[in-house]
Amino acid sequence: MGFQSKASLAAMDAAAAVSQSRTVPQPLLPSGHAAGPSPAPGSGQRLWTPRSLVGGTRRGTLVGLGAATIYLSLIVLIPLAAVVWRSTEQGPAYFWQAVRTPDAWAALQLTVTASIIVASINLVMGTVVAWVLVRDDFYGKRLVNALIDLPFALPTIVAGLVLLALYGPESPIGIDLAYTRAGVVAALLFVTLPFVVRTVQPVLLELDKEMEEAAASLGAGPGLTFRRIILPNLFPAMISGTALAFTRSMAEFGSTVLISGNLPFKTQVASVQIFGQIESDNTAGAAAVSTVLLLVALGTLLILDVVQRWGTRHG
Amino acid sequence: MAKYGLRTVALVYLFFLLVLPVALIVWRTFEDGLAPFIEALTSPSALHAFKVTLIVAACAVVANTIFGVGVAVLLVRHEFPGKRLLNALIDLSLAVSPVVIGLALILVYGRFAPIGGWLESLGIQIIFSIPGMVLATIFVSLPLVVRAVAPVLEELGDEQEQASLTLGANRWVTFRRITLPGIRAALTYGVILCLARALGEYGAVAVVSGRLVDETQTITLFVEERFQNFDQQAAFAAATALAIIAVVTLLLTRLITPKDTS
Amino acid sequence: MKRRGRFAAALTAVVLSAALSACGSGLGAGSDKVKLSLVAYSTPQAAYEQIIAAYQDTPDGKNVEFSKSFGGSGDQSRAVESGLKADVVAFSLEPDMTRLVKAGLVGGDWNAGPTKGMITDSVVVIGTRKGNPKNLKDWQDLIQPGVQVITPNPFTSGGARWNVLAGYGAESNQNKDGAAGVDYLKRLFENVPVQDDSARKSLQTFTSGKGDAILAYENEAIFAQQNKQPVDYTVPDSTILIENPVAVTKNSEHPAEAAAFLKFLHSPEAQKIFVENGYRPVEKGVPGGDQFPSPAKVFTISDLGGWTAVNKEFFDPTGSIMAEIERANGVSVQS
Repeated sequence: MGFQSKASLAAMDAAAAVSQSRTVPQPLLPSGHAAGPSPAPGSGQRLWTPRSLVGGTRRGTLVGLGAATIYLSLIVLIPLAAVVWRSTEQGPAYFWQAVRTPDAWAALQLTVTASIIVASINLVMGTVVAWVLVRDDFYGKRLVNALIDLPFALPTIVAGLVLLALYGPESPIGIDLAYTRAGVVAALLFVTLPFVVRTVQPVLLELDKEMEEAAASLGAGPGLTFRRIILPNLFPAMISGTALAFTRSMAEFGSTVLISGNLPFKTQVASVQIFGQIESDNTAGAAAVSTVLLLVALGTLLILDVVQRWGTRHG
Repeated sequence: MAKYGLRTVALVYLFFLLVLPVALIVWRTFEDGLAPFIEALTSPSALHAFKVTLIVAACAVVANTIFGVGVAVLLVRHEFPGKRLLNALIDLSLAVSPVVIGLALILVYGRFAPIGGWLESLGIQIIFSIPGMVLATIFVSLPLVVRAVAPVLEELGDEQEQASLTLGANRWVTFRRITLPGIRAALTYGVILCLARALGEYGAVAVVSGRLVDETQTITLFVEERFQNFDQQAAFAAATALAIIAVVTLLLTRLITPKDTS
Repeated sequence: MKRRGRFAAALTAVVLSAALSACGSGLGAGSDKVKLSLVAYSTPQAAYEQIIAAYQDTPDGKNVEFSKSFGGSGDQSRAVESGLKADVVAFSLEPDMTRLVKAGLVGGDWNAGPTKGMITDSVVVIGTRKGNPKNLKDWQDLIQPGVQVITPNPFTSGGARWNVLAGYGAESNQNKDGAAGVDYLKRLFENVPVQDDSARKSLQTFTSGKGDAILAYENEAIFAQQNKQPVDYTVPDSTILIENPVAVTKNSEHPAEAAAFLKFLHSPEAQKIFVENGYRPVEKGVPGGDQFPSPAKVFTISDLGGWTAVNKEFFDPTGSIMAEIERANGVSVQS
């Protein structure tokens, strides 16, 4: 996966600070709604609309909706449904057996573990990087800020090649992570780098300094201020970014293909295992593991949605 | 003190994870000069790969732009049941693994699948051919234009559109003269993101392409294939070309937005 | 929109229109050019690319363009069966061709010619690091504790089947002592840490630093050396003769051109290119063809009972010698 639109659009907000022109895209939270209170579409300042226009609106809605549904169905819905169907068409026992074959199970375990590790590292380091980019100032900060988006834009196979060149057998600095789990984690860290940074940055930018100043004037040290005032405000953004990073690492394929060497039971992630099964024409086995990945992705998106709504209620 | 500590930690992390790998690839590509780089990229296979990539990306971008603008208008200006479901479905493609996307398309459009088999009898081959790769690329870049345009559409409000309608203009003219100019910047931004994503796709097209060198090989597939054949020079050259495209994309998106004022 | 924004929009429009005009100029062959699709196993990629270039210099090949696909022999064969368009197919071993004959994609007479449909030969060799530090020269050396052997997965890669049968044939005294052979395979695969899906990929794995020895085609070891990889190889005394089949497909859109290309593959010119890439020629009198060492106890697949029997006994995913061994090691077997 190359571009993560939500967070990259949040990147724009980080770059644009507070003032916006009306024609510039607004910051997005992962749910896709503009930050802050948004008017219900089309409500409010509607002028008197003659009946003919209202009827036209409904017809237009149906046509548009129909077209969108057909497009989505042909390209997204039916194919994904086919995956789930293929994995269960021979019954739940077969599904479970396909998921539990030693190499599939090992691949799933590795993928989940690595993704959790990567998400945790990102939670901490992403916040640190965001903090440094917002609150600190140093020579070359603009360049560093711009570079953060690079893993979004870089094709995954290029990321893999790049990391292999640096941390593989021909590494100029002598670190060889090829065929190791550390290599897999390194690849995943690279591609998920921007997620937490770009979700936390806009929140940090918009944070009202007054509360911190008030706390300071009341005698609170920087640690206490951070824990009690800043962190709770950052928390929803940190969680969103981490969940996005987790989802991305679970699904990642291109960057791990080269450096991990795909040793089954050692460094083979789920997506690579699925690829192998497809090549061997074992589509049922591939579909089973894919369904597991889909369920995990769905679960994460749901959690994200819940966190989102909790965040806007308490924020 | 804490400030310097944090700064060091962040910069060291970024250095080893981000700066050093990219610098190395550029170094390895150009260490023998510009000529080998150009030569590797102008070989017939490389040129063909560029062509395939551009065609697939262009088709995907055009399709997703039309869909994107349409769905953005639908989501923002219209009311209907299931709106939240549509919203969620559009975001789905970003969470799915590219390999799963490829598998999904094979299961529906492959030769032994219902739709695919019917199309094959009409002489249209989807999987192992360009159309399949276009579908895969559309899937992965689906939400980008929608998500860029929708918020702006919402912010713009529909007063002007309403005014135009009451003054007698039909919906198409209103769209062309009022809506479109308003979302121009956002649309460009979305199209750039979509194009960059489409150019860089690897996993999903790897599954559906059949690895036909000089036929269905995109630049990303070319990178992997050359690397597997011990042709590091060509692989690195193509990888750097893609990295340059990525950087250009980032620069273009920055051009459209106000500069960092923090 | 600001000026910079307009510039960005213009640039995007330019790129898109360039791409769409590329559509117009067309991807495929021009009106008088014929495009043939070659689907082959992974290792002869370099050889075929050179042969295609040589063919296009001949009057027959002047107006012929090629698209090529290379991958694990089994995977490629299944892909063609699933719809991958092919005019000429080249596999590592006969059963991958037989699959297409059964599917009606290749004519039953593909092996009627003098070379029985084969285009190149090779042998299974033991590849090692440069200088062979662990002194691995023979089959018994490979089952010593602590030795890691790289070989692909026999259920996806043709090369892997040759490897398995070479080891089996050597240690079972050419099928005279089956139990000893099977026992050898069990112990060998305990020393295999990873099974890639194609011969080329397993070579990649080996040259990237994994393993002490690799079982490979002789031509793969030669290819590695030609590409300056630090690899040595030994031809064991007892090993199997690898024979690689090639054929034209029945549903080819250009059968005449495909057949002409096939004929060219048998020509001295093409066979010489195969030799330069490390393959043993099937035609007599090819320059350089006699440089290859002849192992004392070389045997063929017919000495082991022929592919049909061997496949059933060794490589049947539902139950066979290799299926058992792989399951014991937890490696997935095609279902």
